[in-house]
Amino acid sequence: MLKTRIIPTLLLGNFGLVKGERFDAWRQVGAALPAVEVYNLRDVDELIILDINATKEMRAPDFDLISELASSCFVPLTVGGGVATIETIQELLRAGADKVLINTAAYRDERFVLEAVRKFGSQCIVLGIDVRRDISGAYFCYSESGSKSEGVDPIQWALLNEARGVGEIVIQNIELDGMMTGYDLIITNLLASAVALPIIASAGAGQYQHLLQAIECGAMAVSAASMFHFTEQTPGGAKFYLESKGISVRK
Amino acid sequence: MKVLIVDYGMGNLASVARAIEVAGGRAMISLSPMDIKKASHIVLPGVGAFPDAMHALHHGGWVESLIEAFNVQCIPALGICLGMQLLADYGEEHGITPGLGIIGGRVCQMVPQAGERLPHVGWNEVIQVKQSELFARTEPSADYYFVHKYHFNAANQESILATSNYAGGFVSAIQREHVFGVQFHPEKSSKNGLQLIRNFLAMG
Repeated sequence: MLKTRIIPTLLLGNFGLVKGERFDAWRQVGAALPAVEVYNLRDVDELIILDINATKEMRAPDFDLISELASSCFVPLTVGGGVATIETIQELLRAGADKVLINTAAYRDERFVLEAVRKFGSQCIVLGIDVRRDISGAYFCYSESGSKSEGVDPIQWALLNEARGVGEIVIQNIELDGMMTGYDLIITNLLASAVALPIIASAGAGQYQHLLQAIECGAMAVSAASMFHFTEQTPGGAKFYLESKGISVRK
Repeated sequence: MKVLIVDYGMGNLASVARAIEVAGGRAMISLSPMDIKKASHIVLPGVGAFPDAMHALHHGGWVESLIEAFNVQCIPALGICLGMQLLADYGEEHGITPGLGIIGGRVCQMVPQAGERLPHVGWNEVIQVKQSELFARTEPSADYYFVHKYHFNAANQESILATSNYAGGFVSAIQREHVFGVQFHPEKSSKNGLQLIRNFLAMG
């Protein structure tokens, strides 16, 4: 049986790992390499590493750093932030990434996702969708680390990119990022119902129960950062809890 | 042990090479079929689409050399994910494309059952249906990491080493003599994956 994945997300700032709230108020949370080593040692299901400044600074992630981190990682590794060209994807795969996460660049050039899928295969391309709700409650996509509104409906955007061939979608509501009050279950459910792709719920997890809620709303995998950085809770503990609730996890 | 990793364009070659080194082999990522004579083992990795991969193998001059290495020189070989699928007679992804024809079968799209999604991505159990050195010292029905939409429909029951439950069940490992194929990614399957690579390196 296919297992539900628990995926720690690590955010790279200019000096090591950071974690913020609502894509802002960044706090230093230590060095990247020891974190990857610990997660590898604890045998997590998968890791996501995002360079939060790359797009803003119009550069690719630091390939040498990714290579160093990847060499300590024998579970699947997704790298994102500044993934805007075919060459960047090639370099990241060479550095040891297994998948790349594309967000902003997918809005800028409609051929980019298509080309990336054709060249590297669906399994390699993960689409990141960051959303906020407006006062009427409608969801809209945001790019550039949540700073730019794209005026696009996330469901339409997901369907379009499913047709382009992306392999997975990471959905996060910016307003819940780092708040540890739970995922946006509405958008997770809407998305999981609309597309046939695996959905990874992200942003908002603070307790094991939140993970369960997202899984019950159709998420095939759940990602968390603050919960693992700032509380006693661990990916191992999360699996123990989920298993007790009848969710199939990898031991 | 000198392990040739066939580089025919794209793929997570760095991950594969790293896992081989950790398992005690020497990884040689190669663009040239001439390197086969220096190799004790061959790994055919692969991500992407079947027709593109076959096209790239032809373009790189690999096809005849690999068939000879597998069938005549009998060098132990391991196909990973798409690399396993390329061992088949033909693939049905975007039309019919002939494969390497090393292990009888065809590669078809998986048909998800109720509540299942495609691609099949994540950790799933690999259930051994036949004893093999490839799975020595790994836990029985251990979890390995998968990410794929197509599967290997084996022509001969005897070639099936292991199966997994998804989309009505599919073949997750195959063997013909010294040629192995695994649908999962041992290089990304933590301890069990590394043990499987060690087992492969111990052959031949």
